[in-house]
Amino acid sequence: MAQKVIGAGPIEPSLGLVERVLDRSIAEKIKGCIQCGTCSASCPTAYAMDYTPRWIIAALRAGQWERVLKSNTPWLCASCYYCTVRCPSGIEFTDLMYALKRLAIERGIYPKGSPVLYQAFTSTVDRYGRSAEMELMARYYLRTLNPWGLIKMAPMGLKMLLKGRLPLLPHKIEGQKDMAKMLEYMRERGGK
Amino acid sequence: MAYTYYPGCSQEVSNRAYNLSTRAVAKALDMELVELNDWNCCGTSPSYSVRELPTFVLGARNLALAERQAGASDLVTICNGCFAMLEKTNLRLKESDLSRSVGEVLGVAGLEYKGSVRVRHFLEVLVNDVGEGLIRERASLPLEGLKVAPYYGCQFSRPEGRYDDLEFPTALDRLLSWIGAEVVDYPLKAQCCGGLLMTTKEEVALKLVRDLLALAQKRGARCIATICPLCQLNLEAYQERVKARFGADFSIPILYFTQLLGLSLGLERKALGLGTELVSATGILAPYLSVASREV
Repeated sequence: MAQKVIGAGPIEPSLGLVERVLDRSIAEKIKGCIQCGTCSASCPTAYAMDYTPRWIIAALRAGQWERVLKSNTPWLCASCYYCTVRCPSGIEFTDLMYALKRLAIERGIYPKGSPVLYQAFTSTVDRYGRSAEMELMARYYLRTLNPWGLIKMAPMGLKMLLKGRLPLLPHKIEGQKDMAKMLEYMRERGGK
Repeated sequence: MAYTYYPGCSQEVSNRAYNLSTRAVAKALDMELVELNDWNCCGTSPSYSVRELPTFVLGARNLALAERQAGASDLVTICNGCFAMLEKTNLRLKESDLSRSVGEVLGVAGLEYKGSVRVRHFLEVLVNDVGEGLIRERASLPLEGLKVAPYYGCQFSRPEGRYDDLEFPTALDRLLSWIGAEVVDYPLKAQCCGGLLMTTKEEVALKLVRDLLALAQKRGARCIATICPLCQLNLEAYQERVKARFGADFSIPILYFTQLLGLSLGLERKALGLGTELVSATGILAPYLSVASREV
C-alpha cells in the first residue's frame, strides 16, 4: 500500500534536513516562504507560542526540527486556517501544524502531556466509531493527573446535566466490527 | 429537495438542540433531510493531529455510505468541524496515492467510494438552495428589533472558501436579515473561538471567547447566532470562567441560527430545543414566541 503520508517514514540520509521528517510536498512548499510574517500576524494564539509560525518555517528550513517539536507551537494551533488562506506563497501552514503534531507523537518529542487529549480522542473513536465526550474527558483528566481540572469543570457539568446535555452513555455504531477490521488492517501495514 | 443529513457526534446529546432545530426548520421549508445510516466520526481535528490515514478512512466511510445510500448526492453537515474535515477528505481523495490507500482499507469493510458526494453546510444550503424568496415568505413571525451578532467561527469558510468569503462571510448575515433580525456589524465574525484549546490551553481560549463576547456586547447584540456546536459551547458554557479569569461579566445567550430561523417560521420553542441553553434566552425571545409556544 502506498504509505507516503505526511510525517511518516524512517530517516533517509540522502534527503535534505526538512525532507527527512516531513512529507516532500510540504517540504517543497516551505522552501517558497518569503518570511513576510503574515502567518504570525494572523494567528490568534501566536502570542502564547514559544516560536511564531514564521519562526517555525525558518527553523524547519534550517533543519532544527527537534527544536520545533520541543516547542508548544503545534499544540497551540486552533486550526482556524487564517495563516493558510493569507499566505502569499500558498503554504498550508495549518496542515503543517497537523503534520508536526503527528511527527511529534511518532518521535515522542513534545512538551509533556501535549498529545494526551488527542490520543484519548482517537482511542474513544476507535472503540465506538463516534466521539464519546464523557469518557474522553474522564480519560483526559485521569491521564494528565489533573483532578483539579475535573473539579473546575463540575459546576458546568452539573448545569449541562440538568439541561439534559451531558452525554452519559456512548453510542456505538453498528459498523463497529468493520471499523475495527479496517483499523487492524492499517495497523498491520504500519499505517499511522 | 432531498439531502443526506450528517448530524455529527456532538449533536446527539450535548448540542441536541441544534439537531432538533435543524430538522424542524428543514421540515417547515419542505426540505427532505435523510439521516446518513450508521454514520461515524467525521475524522475531526484531534484525530488528524494523531494519524493521517485512519483519519481519512473515517471521513471516507461516511462518504462511501452516503454514496451507497443516495448516489451522487449532497451530504449536509451542521458542524463546522465535520464540514471542514469531510470536505478536506473529499478533496484529498482526489489524489491518486491517498485515494488508493483509503480505497484499499474501505475494501476490507466491503465499501467503496467513487467520489460523487458533495459536502455541504446547512447554512449555505438554506441560503443557496432554499433561497431568499421562500424563507421570507415563510417567516411569518419576523424577529423585528432583535439585535443579533452573526458568528461563523473558522471552519465554515476556511480553508476552502467554497461557499462564502474566506474572511468576511455573509451567508448568515443575509439569512438573519431575511427573517427580520437586526444584524449588528460584527467584525470578529469569522475569528476563532479557541476550539479544542478550551480543554487543553484554557487560558488562551478564554481570551478569544472574552474578545468575542465583549465585541458582541459593545455592538448591542442581545444574542449571538452560531453555526457550529463547538463555537456554541465555548461561547456559552465558559462565560462564568471568563468572568472568573478576566472579571468581565457577560450574560449573552448563544443560539443556533436554526433556532432563530425556526422562531420566525412560527415553530414552537420545544421543537427548537429552546430551554436547553445554559444562558437563558427566554427573556430576549419572549416577544417572538408563537402564540402556541407562549401557552406552553
